[in-house]
Amino acid sequence: MEQTQKKPFRLTRNHWLTLGALSAFIILAVVADLFFDAFTLRVFNLCAIYIVLALSLNMLNGFTGLFSLGHAGFMAVGAYVCALLTMSPQLKEMNYFLMPIVPWLKNLTIPFLPAILIAGLAAALVGFLIGAPVLRLRDDYLAIATLGFGEIIRVLITNAQPITNGAQGLKGLPRYATTFAVWVAAGLVLLFMVLLVRSSYGRAMKAVRDDELAAEAMGINVFRVKVTSFTMSSFLAGVGGALLGHMITTIDPKMFTFMLTFNILLIVVLGGIGSISGSVIAAIVVTVLMEALRFLDEPMNLIIIRTQGLPGLRMVVFSLMLMIVVIYRQRGLMGNKEFSWDMLNGLFVKKGRKGGSDHV
Amino acid sequence: MTLPLLLQHIVNALSLGSLYALIAIGYTMVYGILRLINFAHGDVFMLGAYVAFYGITLISLPWWAALIAAIVLTALFGIGLERVAYKPLRDSPRISIMISAIGASFLLESLAVLIFGGRPKGVPVPDVLSRVVRFGSVSVITISLIIPLFTFALLAILVYIVNRTKTGMAMRAVSTDIEAARLMAVDVNRIVSFTFGIGSLLAAFGGIMWSFKYPQLNPLMGVMPGLKCFIAAVIGGIGSIGGAVLGGFLLGGIEIMIVAFLPTLSGYRDAFAFVLLIVVLLVKPTGLLGKRSTEKV
Repeated sequence: MEQTQKKPFRLTRNHWLTLGALSAFIILAVVADLFFDAFTLRVFNLCAIYIVLALSLNMLNGFTGLFSLGHAGFMAVGAYVCALLTMSPQLKEMNYFLMPIVPWLKNLTIPFLPAILIAGLAAALVGFLIGAPVLRLRDDYLAIATLGFGEIIRVLITNAQPITNGAQGLKGLPRYATTFAVWVAAGLVLLFMVLLVRSSYGRAMKAVRDDELAAEAMGINVFRVKVTSFTMSSFLAGVGGALLGHMITTIDPKMFTFMLTFNILLIVVLGGIGSISGSVIAAIVVTVLMEALRFLDEPMNLIIIRTQGLPGLRMVVFSLMLMIVVIYRQRGLMGNKEFSWDMLNGLFVKKGRKGGSDHV
Repeated sequence: MTLPLLLQHIVNALSLGSLYALIAIGYTMVYGILRLINFAHGDVFMLGAYVAFYGITLISLPWWAALIAAIVLTALFGIGLERVAYKPLRDSPRISIMISAIGASFLLESLAVLIFGGRPKGVPVPDVLSRVVRFGSVSVITISLIIPLFTFALLAILVYIVNRTKTGMAMRAVSTDIEAARLMAVDVNRIVSFTFGIGSLLAAFGGIMWSFKYPQLNPLMGVMPGLKCFIAAVIGGIGSIGGAVLGGFLLGGIEIMIVAFLPTLSGYRDAFAFVLLIVVLLVKPTGLLGKRSTEKV
C-alpha cells in the first residue's frame, strides 16, 4: 500500500518453488496413473475427491461461519443424478430388477462432463431450496436442521425406488473419474476457492462469519451471502459426490450417512477451519491415513499382544484424533493461515535468525 | 380401526413417548446450562443398555440389580465424559465444543463396536416385564405399562429437585446466567457435573427400558433415538424440562400414529421427526414452550 509505484513483475524464489512443486506434482500424477497399482492409485485419487469435499465444507464452516452437518445429503444428490445420467439403458435394466425404472430416465444417457455439471447444479438447487428457509436459524439450530435435511434426503432416496433403485443402490457405474478427471476437478475447485476468498464476495463471507451485525451495518446483505455460500458449497459437494460415485462405481443410500460428513468435518477441523491450504493438506493426510491405518482393523501380531482383528479400531483412532485436536490445538494444522514458502523457511531457519529476514 | 386397536396404539405411543421424553430431558438440561448439543447423549443411552445387558448375562445379576448398577455406572460415565471432553472447551467458541461432542459420539460408537462387537445382541427380557396383561379386549405387554409409570415417577422427582432444592435453584441460576451464578458463589463445575449425572442417569434408564421393549442391542442403537430426542427437546423449547417432555410425547405419539394409520408411509418413519423439527423451527424458532430471547448488541 505504501508503494505507489508498481514493481515490475519478477520471478522470485517463491515463484520458482511454486512452479517446481506444481510440475513435480503433475509428473507424480502422470507416473501414478501409469505405474501405481490399483489400490495406491485409488487412494491417490481419493485424495483429490476429498480435497473437493473438504473445500466445499470449509467454504461454509470456515469462511461463512455456517455450521452445516448435511453435506452427505448434497453429495448423495450429486452422486445419484450423475449416475442416472451416465448409465447406459442396458445397465439400468440390470440394476432395476426389483422395480422398473421410470420411463423418462430409462433411455437417457449423456457424457460425463455435462452429467457432472448437471449433478452439481441439482445439488445446488436442493441446497438453495433447503438453505432459503433454514439459514434463518442460528448456529446450533442450523447444525441440527442441516443434519436433519441430510437425513431426509437419504430417506427419500431409499424410498424413491422407481427412480433411485432404493436400498439396492446402483452398481457398475462407468469408471469416468480417472486420475486426470479428479485432479483437474480438485485443481479447478482449489483455484475457484482461492479466487473466491480474495474477491469482494469472499470478504463479505468472512465479514458475516466474524460479526453478522457489523456486516449488516456495513451494508452487506447477510442473508443473501449465506444463501449463496450455501448454494455454492452444495454445488461442490454434489460434484464431489458424483466423482466419488464414479470412482467407487457403486452407490447406495447407506454410503451417504452422517459418517461421511464426519470424515469431511474431520479433515476441515484438522486442517484448520478457514484455511484452504490446511484443507488440502489435511485431505491428503487423512485419506492416506484412513487407508494406511486399515491394518489396525486386521489381526495383529505384536510380540506381546496378539489380537484377533479389531474392526472399529481405526475409527477409534480417528475420533480420538479429532477430539485431541479440538481440545489441545483448536486451530488445527494451519489455523486460518495459508501455506507459504516463507512459512517453511521459518521452520528450517533457526529461531534466532528468523527476525533477520528482510522480505515479508 | 376398532377401539381396542386404537387403545393399543395409544399405549404404544405412551411408552415410546416416555422413552423419548427421558432422553430429551438430558439434552435440554445440558443445553440449558452449557448451550451445548451433547451429541454423545444418544451413545450414553446405548452404553446404559449394554452395561445392564452385561450385568445380567456376564455377572448374572438379577435384572433389577443390573438396572440399578448400570444406571449408576452410566451416570458416573456421563460426569467423566463432561470432565474430559467438554470442560476444557467451556470458554471456546461454541463450534469447537460441538465438534468435540461429535468426536465423543463417534468415539463411543467405535469403542462400542470394538469392545461389544458390531453384531446385534439379543436381550434376555425378565419374565415380569414380558407378561401379557389383558384389559377386556386390549392386551398389553407389562413393559409398555411400566415405562410410562416409571417415567412419571422419575419426572416427579426431577421436578422436585429442580424447583424445590438448593441444587435445583443453583441449576436454574447457572442456566440463566453462568457468570452471575459464579459471582453468587455457585460452584458451577459441581452443578454442571450434577446435570450431566442426572441426564445420563435418565438416558441409561431409557436405554435399558428400550432394550427390554425392543430386545436387541447394537452399538449404533443410540444414534437415531438420540437425534430424535434432541429434536423433541427443540420442538418443546430447548432449555425447558416441561418442553422436553411435551416434545418427547408429541414425537412418540405422531410416529406411532402415522405408522398405524398411514402404513404406506412407514418407510419414511425416521424422516417425520426431521420434517416436524424444520416446520417448528420455521414457525416458532424457540420451540413450543421456549422463552423468547432478544439478542443484544
